Amino acid sequence: MRYAMAIDTRKCVGCSDCVVACQTENNVPIGYCRDWVVEVTDGTYPQLEIEIRSERCNHCENSPCVRCCPTGASHYEAGGLVLVTPHKCIGCGACVVSCPYDARYSHPDGYVDKCTFCMHRIQKGQQPACVEVCPTKCMYFGDLDDPNSDVSRVLKKRKFKTLIPEAGTKPHVYYLI
Amino acid sequence: MREEIIISGRLNPNIDPHLTIWHWHIPLYLFLGGLAAGILFFASLYVVLGKENQFRGAVRRAPVIVPLLLIIGLLALFLDLRHKPYFWQLYTTIKIQSPMSWGAWVLMAVTPLSFVWVAIHIREYLPKWEWKWMIFRELEKFFVKYKLYLAWALLFLSTILGIYTGILFSAFNARPLWNTSILGPLFLTSGLSAGAAVIILFSKRKGERVNFAKIDIMLIGIELFLIVHMFMGFLASTEVQIEAANLFLGGPYTAPFWIFVVIIGMILPAVLEFLEIRKFHIPHVIPVVLVLFGSLMLRFIFAYAGQLSRWLY
Repeated sequence: MRYAMAIDTRKCVGCSDCVVACQTENNVPIGYCRDWVVEVTDGTYPQLEIEIRSERCNHCENSPCVRCCPTGASHYEAGGLVLVTPHKCIGCGACVVSCPYDARYSHPDGYVDKCTFCMHRIQKGQQPACVEVCPTKCMYFGDLDDPNSDVSRVLKKRKFKTLIPEAGTKPHVYYLI
Repeated sequence: MREEIIISGRLNPNIDPHLTIWHWHIPLYLFLGGLAAGILFFASLYVVLGKENQFRGAVRRAPVIVPLLLIIGLLALFLDLRHKPYFWQLYTTIKIQSPMSWGAWVLMAVTPLSFVWVAIHIREYLPKWEWKWMIFRELEKFFVKYKLYLAWALLFLSTILGIYTGILFSAFNARPLWNTSILGPLFLTSGLSAGAAVIILFSKRKGERVNFAKIDIMLIGIELFLIVHMFMGFLASTEVQIEAANLFLGGPYTAPFWIFVVIIGMILPAVLEFLEIRKFHIPHVIPVVLVLFGSLMLRFIFAYAGQLSRWLY
């Protein structure tokens, strides 16, 4: 099993519902966020192109954060999820520094925190909170090893990209273009 | 033109607008660790070479500060942790791929051995010293008997400690400025140079001071060679590494790096040491302080500039 997410940059309107849903669902401390929205503007007026992306931890297959963690607090969970065990984390910040996506932050309680793909929800067969609330239905989540999952089907049909593939991290968040 | 902004208002502390998760603790520790490694390297080297009596400053006198340096360094590391009650988790596992993990274990080995080294040479400072308890007398006898093995162990461990201070940074490919294999040898050489400088300060014999001044000049030469190679590597590499090099080549860290590290911390002390060897009367404390300052600034500037450098996307 390999969990992955696909986000349609042509449907995303940048409403930030995913950000608020994540903060509420995961009790993210005020002033922090596990996911965020980026707007990229390319070109010169009037020939402008805009791409809007909802970003988060990429749950990389070759995660630098797991590699550099000195205690094993950052680890791979079943399904390829990259998670942090708070009671093993010493808060050294190595994983925060190692992430090319800046997807991690130091929780006010001391340990490092990040997107979990809402593991507590997917274990119950539900979708991650951000996927669930998206008003434009631009997010697809599922198992890459299951050819009938939402994410597998959309990746078969559409062109996609990952962020900074040259960093060699093999991200599991895909952007439909 | 390409403009990229976060429109959902992400302002995670220490991440935005750019990474600042590591502050003074890490570069201070890297400096103290490198300096301790440098002193221990020369102390053990001259025992292994059988020249202990000619280089008493290196073998017997200078290492007295090493345990203190390591303790202050470890304290800085501890203060840097944000989840302090769990620090012991570092010693529940060894993760070969994590430089921080094997660095922690190397420190665990070097720190007690540095205490042993100081203890068996304590009579250099306190000639009438006698251990109160029998067990310490027996331990001293044991370590004096096997001093050569102790020196070999410290030679090996101090080299790893010195290299580790650079590899800690270079293992992060997310920060293009740090992601160069030159950083390990550069920080090791800088630590050895700082160690040689401190030995000059502790040495009582002019011949030994001249010897270490020559060693220091050679090490500074190697450092300059490595710095030039590092920039050549960056400029011949990908866009992100060219951007990283530009932090020092016209960017915000240009003046601090070239003035504090290269000119004041390397070239000036090398010239002063050269003049001293040529019998000019220069207080030897001046080049020593300059080398230590340059070594400290090298780590501070790399720690902060590295956190500014990132992938473009």
